[in-house]
Order: sequence, then structure tokens, then C-alpha cells
Amino acid sequence: MRRRFRPHILVFLAPAVLIYTLVMILPLIGTLNLSLFNRVEGAESFVGLGNFRTLFGDPRWSASFWNALGNNTWFFLIHMLVQNPIGIALAALLSTPGRRFASAYRTAIFVPTILSFVIVGFAWKLILSPIWGIAPTMLASVGLKSLFAPWLGQEASALTTLALISVWQFVGIPMMLIYAALLSIPEELIEAAELDGITGFAQFRKIKLPLILPAVGIVSILTFVGNFNAFDLIYVTQGALAGPNFATDILGTFLYRTFFGFQLQLGDPHMGATIASVMFLIILGGVCLYLFGVQTRLRRYQF
Amino acid sequence: MARRGRLRAFGAHAALLTYTAIALFPVFVIVINAFKSRKAIFGAPLAPPTPETFDLAGFRAVLTQGDFVLYFQNSLIVTLVSLALVLLFGAMSAFALSEYRFRGNTLLGLYLALGIMIPIRLGTVAILELMVATHLVDTRTALILVYTAQGLPLSIFILAEFMRQISDDLKNAGRIDGLSEYAIFFRLVLPLTRPAMATVAVFTMIPIWNDLWFPLILAPSEATKTVTLGAQVFIGQFVTNWNAVLAALSLAILPVLILYLIFSRQLIRGITSGAVK
Repeated sequence: MRRRFRPHILVFLAPAVLIYTLVMILPLIGTLNLSLFNRVEGAESFVGLGNFRTLFGDPRWSASFWNALGNNTWFFLIHMLVQNPIGIALAALLSTPGRRFASAYRTAIFVPTILSFVIVGFAWKLILSPIWGIAPTMLASVGLKSLFAPWLGQEASALTTLALISVWQFVGIPMMLIYAALLSIPEELIEAAELDGITGFAQFRKIKLPLILPAVGIVSILTFVGNFNAFDLIYVTQGALAGPNFATDILGTFLYRTFFGFQLQLGDPHMGATIASVMFLIILGGVCLYLFGVQTRLRRYQF
Repeated sequence: MARRGRLRAFGAHAALLTYTAIALFPVFVIVINAFKSRKAIFGAPLAPPTPETFDLAGFRAVLTQGDFVLYFQNSLIVTLVSLALVLLFGAMSAFALSEYRFRGNTLLGLYLALGIMIPIRLGTVAILELMVATHLVDTRTALILVYTAQGLPLSIFILAEFMRQISDDLKNAGRIDGLSEYAIFFRLVLPLTRPAMATVAVFTMIPIWNDLWFPLILAPSEATKTVTLGAQVFIGQFVTNWNAVLAALSLAILPVLILYLIFSRQLIRGITSGAVK
């Protein structure tokens, strides 16, 4: 059946499609395109993959790049190993039927997630500061004062500390998504398990966990995209130089410094675009891996 | 058996209470110390303010030194206008995608969904060039355009899912009564999507209000600073004035916290109803 042209469809779609295309898609393509150009003898010229060769091959660039990528990977791993298990555990505790005050706990634990990085970054900086002394005093009260160190200022511990601060901030997201998944498990299934004598942790591991794996997959890919796109927390607490000695430099701060310049180095839009393109490919790779490698293999149960 | 159950419940509450304390402790410490004198901030950081230690010096410094009223206004304008555009344009597109069958429908849906996973920040280099070319640098319009583009993909996705569940009978009854497609959308469908709209609104608002990257890059001028950027710059300049820093942080926390407590039910219901999947 041939339909006649219906102008209202165009009217409904036009504003969103136009803004989305002009402000998001075209700049994304523009950035990818810009990474293939550079200034040669004062004139803009096509250099192919030359910028990428510089980024990976020129020791001045590649050392910073691999450092940022390595740090970013560690940042992501901490989220996967700390944030998501804690989120799942909290969701499991909250979703037990008849749990009292469940909604009060949920509301409170989600509070850090709504705060801006500026608040979170400075608040923790103050709390961990040796000058104010909240952290050392609290450790002293349980007899562990010797454990205290200016964690944010030391190369060995700064990145891990920041990752844990970020975990503190975002643990609410896995908690909520897993909680929703746990609530959607039908009661008969749980009752059947209880009749068979499977309760408590065994019940969680054998019955519930396999059923919420798709939600765990979603949480993982959200964590991945969020972490490889992170910038704010590091910038707020450690500045654009991601100190001490670039120990907390991740791809987002590296991109910012390259694009805008810092101290005496001038900003470089072409190399900035190159780093953004690499980040784009990393995120795209992760998303594709999830969509085609993980999601299709997870068994979904229909209730 | 009953005894074991009670023991288990006790353990669960202990774990949840501990984590709640960890989640709230930093916020609590910042807010109570903002109302204390400098001496008390360092002398007894964990004690709540008493009549002797109560001091608003920090707030006075913030209100006289930083132009927080203006920053607040900027944040409010940028957030509310972007939010309105995301909701309106998002709902319109969602309606077109869920209501009509036309060539390229699925493809267009996928195209619009791309932005859910790919962060708009990666296009920053070219976005800045675009804003420079159109003379929009250091305007709130630049931020509004970027945040509208950023918010549209998820809002279209959620709203389209929701609109697919609205009964066809209602819309067809409207058509028989001679309503135009626009009237069907604005008078019949839009009022029914209110619950989904509320969810989308919260998800759209929080990242816009909290964003530091785009205000820093596209609108860092004094006249267009948002609260988030303003607080960041202010605290950077006043690092040694602890009263001012704590007061600035509290002023940034409290409005968000109050809004959250009002809307938390909506937000949590939105997430747990499976609107985000």
C-alpha cells in the first residue's frame, strides 16, 4: 500500500533530529575527521593516520598516552571490582521481602549520586586532608592512626583513592538497577526454592544471580562508558595536571590538557581530536563487545 | 529457625546502616562545619555547631565575594530551558517513531539511540569550533543546545517505549472526531505520558546541573558561569578560607538535596519500573 506524504511526521521529528544531528553527530564526525589533519608549515593539510602515529609512536606523546590509558583501565577495574559487587550486595539486602526501612536506606544511599563532582571532589579532599585531620582522628579512634597517609598526594595511592571516591559517589546506580531486576523475579520461583530448602546466600547465588545477569551486564557497560569518559572528579581534586606527577591522569584529563594547553604548552586541536577519536574507538569497541558478545549470549528468562 | 531469621535480619540492618553512614557522612561533616567558627572547625570537626561555635562568616564571604546569585540564575535558566526542549522535542519524536509506520522508522530509531551510549563530550573539539563559528561561545544558548542534544537520545528511547503502551482506541476515537494529528499528540497523548516525563526529567536534569566540562569549555565567562563552575573557581581561589569553602559547598549541596528529597520517590519509581533498560 502506498501512503501519501504525511507532513506531520516531519514536523514531529524535525526539531529533535536537527539539534541531535547538528550538535552531536556532526561534531562527532567532525572530530574524527579533524584527527586526520594537522598543521604542516602553517597550513592545514591532510596527514592520514599521522597523528595517530605520533600519539602511539612519538615518545613525548606515547608515554603520556599509555600512562593515561593504563590509569583509566585501573580506574575502571576498581569500579568493576568494588562498586558493582557492593551495589549488588546492597540491592540483595534491600530486596528481601519485608525488609523494614528499605526505601529510607535506598534514598540515603543514592544521595551521593545526585551531587556534582565539584562537591564530591572537594568534600573528600577536605576530609582526607592532613590539615583538617578528620580522617587521621577517626583512624586514631579505632587505634589505626599509623595507617593514615596523605593518600591523594602520594603517587602510589592517589589514583586508587580517587577511584574509591568515585565508587562512593556512584554505587547508587548499580544498586538501583540490580534492585529493580531482583524485584522482577516472580515470587513462586523463590517460594519453590524455599520449599527445597535453598535459602539465604545459596538462594541468591543459585537462583537470583543467574536471573539478574542481564542487569549486571547493563551495569557493567554503563560503568565502562562512564569511566572511559570521566574527567570532572580528577580535574576538581587534582587539577588539569592530574598530579602528583600525572599519577591520576586519565584519558579525559589528557584530552583536556592537549586540546586547551596548560602552563606554557599551547592547545592543539588536532592532537585533541586524535585523543578523542581513540576514546571514541575504545568506547565503541566496548559497546560492540557488549552488544554482540555478551548480551546475545546471556539467557533471558520470560516470566 | 525464627531465631536464625531474626539474626539474619539484624545482620542485614547492620550492614545497611553502616553503608548508609558511609554514604551520608561526608555530606554531614561539610554541612555542620559550614555553620561553625574557624576555631571550632579545626578544634572539633565532628561536633555539631553549638551556640558558642555558631558562625556564619563563611556564608557572608560567599555572598559578598562570589556572584552566586548570578551563577545560580545561569544554572537555572540553562537547566530548565534544556529540560523543556528535551521533553517537548523528545516527546514529539517519540510519538512519531511509536505511532506512525514510515520508511526508515527503525533505522531512525537506531540513529537516535546511538547517543545513549556514545558520550557527546567526544565531539567537544568540533563543538567548540561550531560555537566559535556561530559566535555562541560564552552564551547560555551554547550550553542549552549541547544539553538538549545530549538529553534527547535517552528521552526519545524511554518515551517511545512508554507511548507504545498507550491504547490505539483512544487515538482512533480522536481521529474519528476529526482531531488533527497535532491535537491527538498534544491533547490526548502528552497528558498520558506524564509519569514517564517525570522520570525523563530527573534523568535529564541531574547531569546538566552537575556538568563541569561544557561550562568550562563553552561558557567560562563571568556572566555565563553556572553554579558548578562558579563553585569550582570560587573554591580554587579561597582554598585557605575554610569557612568560605565549606559554606560554598553547603550552598551547592542544599538545593539539590532538597529537590532530591521531594522527587526521590518519583526517581526511584522511574528506575525500578524498568524505564531504563
